[in-house]
Amino acid sequence: MTTIRSTAAEMAAALAAGTTTSVELTNAHYAQIEKVDGAVHAFLHLDKEGALAQAEAVDAKRKSGTEMPPLAGVPLALKDLLTQKGVPTTCGSRMLEGWRPPYDSTVVSKLKAAGIVILGKTNMDEFAMGSSTENSAYGPTHNPWDLARIPGGSGGGSAAALAAFEAPLAIGSDTGGSIRQPAAVTGTVGVKPTYGGVSRYGLIAFSSSLDQAGPCARTVLDAALLHEVIAGHDERDSTSINAPVPQVVKAAKKLDVKGMKIGVVKELQGEGFQSGVLSRFHESLDALVSAGAELVEVSCPNFDYALAAYYLIAPSECSSNLARFDSMRYGIRVGDNGERSAEEVMKLTRHEGFGPEVKRRIILGTYALSSGYYDAYYGSAQKVRTLIMRDFNAAFAKVDVLVSPTAPTTAFKIGEQVDDPLAMYLNDIATIPVNLAGIGGMSVPCGLAAEDGLPVGFQIMSPAMRDDLMYQVGGTLEAALLSKWGAPILDKAPVLVGN
Amino acid sequence: MSGISREDVAHLAKLARIEMNDAELDHLAKEMDVILGAVARVQEVAASDVPPTSHPIPVNNIVREDIVRPSLSPEEALSGAPAQSEGRFKVPQILGEE
Repeated sequence: MTTIRSTAAEMAAALAAGTTTSVELTNAHYAQIEKVDGAVHAFLHLDKEGALAQAEAVDAKRKSGTEMPPLAGVPLALKDLLTQKGVPTTCGSRMLEGWRPPYDSTVVSKLKAAGIVILGKTNMDEFAMGSSTENSAYGPTHNPWDLARIPGGSGGGSAAALAAFEAPLAIGSDTGGSIRQPAAVTGTVGVKPTYGGVSRYGLIAFSSSLDQAGPCARTVLDAALLHEVIAGHDERDSTSINAPVPQVVKAAKKLDVKGMKIGVVKELQGEGFQSGVLSRFHESLDALVSAGAELVEVSCPNFDYALAAYYLIAPSECSSNLARFDSMRYGIRVGDNGERSAEEVMKLTRHEGFGPEVKRRIILGTYALSSGYYDAYYGSAQKVRTLIMRDFNAAFAKVDVLVSPTAPTTAFKIGEQVDDPLAMYLNDIATIPVNLAGIGGMSVPCGLAAEDGLPVGFQIMSPAMRDDLMYQVGGTLEAALLSKWGAPILDKAPVLVGN
Repeated sequence: MSGISREDVAHLAKLARIEMNDAELDHLAKEMDVILGAVARVQEVAASDVPPTSHPIPVNNIVREDIVRPSLSPEEALSGAPAQSEGRFKVPQILGEE
């Protein structure tokens, strides 16, 4: 029987077999949201009317005998930074409160065309800047494993929705780890595709050379099915790669890594990594060896500089991208009393509309790009980017994929790091190199840390446009761990009871 | 390398068009000092013979065919405007009165 705990693939099979309907599935998920989202706060907005209309349309079409796309009728949660026509899109910011975009992002167009039912928009750190979802202007999301803890960020809402069985699929975006780190700390799967693999049209820009939308799910196969829906060339995004989408579904089903060379990154497992994270990581390496893979230790010395380069490049691009929020064409406007100038209104609006982290990064980026400091900061960071790409290229000449823990620690307590920006930035230390190089990265659950019983993520990195390789390794690891555990990791999470 | 004063932050805030009060400027100046101290590490390895990378995949002059296609109506384009008048965005005065 299909329940909200089923995988998306199982739901799709039940829909195809006629043992459930999309309306039934959609209502079941809204019932779960009704029950638990008061405590989790994964969603910022629900679009029940639109979702049920799509569900009914899919059911009617299927009944008429039309052949349907693989995930047609399956519900999904959408990160609130992708535009969906007529549905509030805030990016977790006061700046866009009440805004209803007049157009669909390409990701949303593809989801709709695939018959996927979009339940609502999920919470996130404001403009995707953060690692805990505490920077949302609409309050934090709570980790379903322990409601006092963060669900990661910036896509904490999407990851928490999956872990709380409020949706079987979700979309996230990953600029420095915003899909993978939330996946790691919630015991779910998150994939950052190769840069250019998924269109950025309609994805509200934070750092354009790093941003990439991707699939979030509870299994590797579900992520692969969603990946194939949203990926592909788009002439509306000039950085979109015009090449066939890697065959990730086929790769996720291989369940075989015999003869594959897996590089273990030396620099991403030492100081600062929690012991329970490292022990689960090493057990997973053993599982991959048992499955026939060969381990190779790989050194990427410039990764030590990745975090510093990222916190110059991303703020620089953000200071430029967020200049669009000028209170003239969309978003809120503050202090327009008929006497103040446009510039004064702009300044007041940006003071009120942006939260502390966004302001911090805009100021930092403005500094890094200003004349006199440009070469020392932004210019140097761009050179480090080159060095990191060289490290990856050298490594991929020797191995098929690289691996590391996804995040240095398990989920921390809400409020614990909020006043220490540098401590917060360290959460992304293992995920950032992937974004700087534009390659693919995935996080797969690999167990619970002994000291706190919280989920740990295993990161797999694959060369650009070889996203299939990380799905192959991820699918194999998932299957090996599942047979060891006897049940999916989320079966160990506390069952949330409604009020 | 760093040593960011409150006046520096005030200048940056002006460039970025963000109003900031004294308390915010003081707080941010302190934070900027710490963050810049940490990120300045990039200079240790950014040798002169290393070319900069601005973008992960090389792209050049990507254009699409110049053909007429449906786009937003004026009503749709104005639908999110804080203020509008006669089918246009209505904005506060840009030039001074004097």
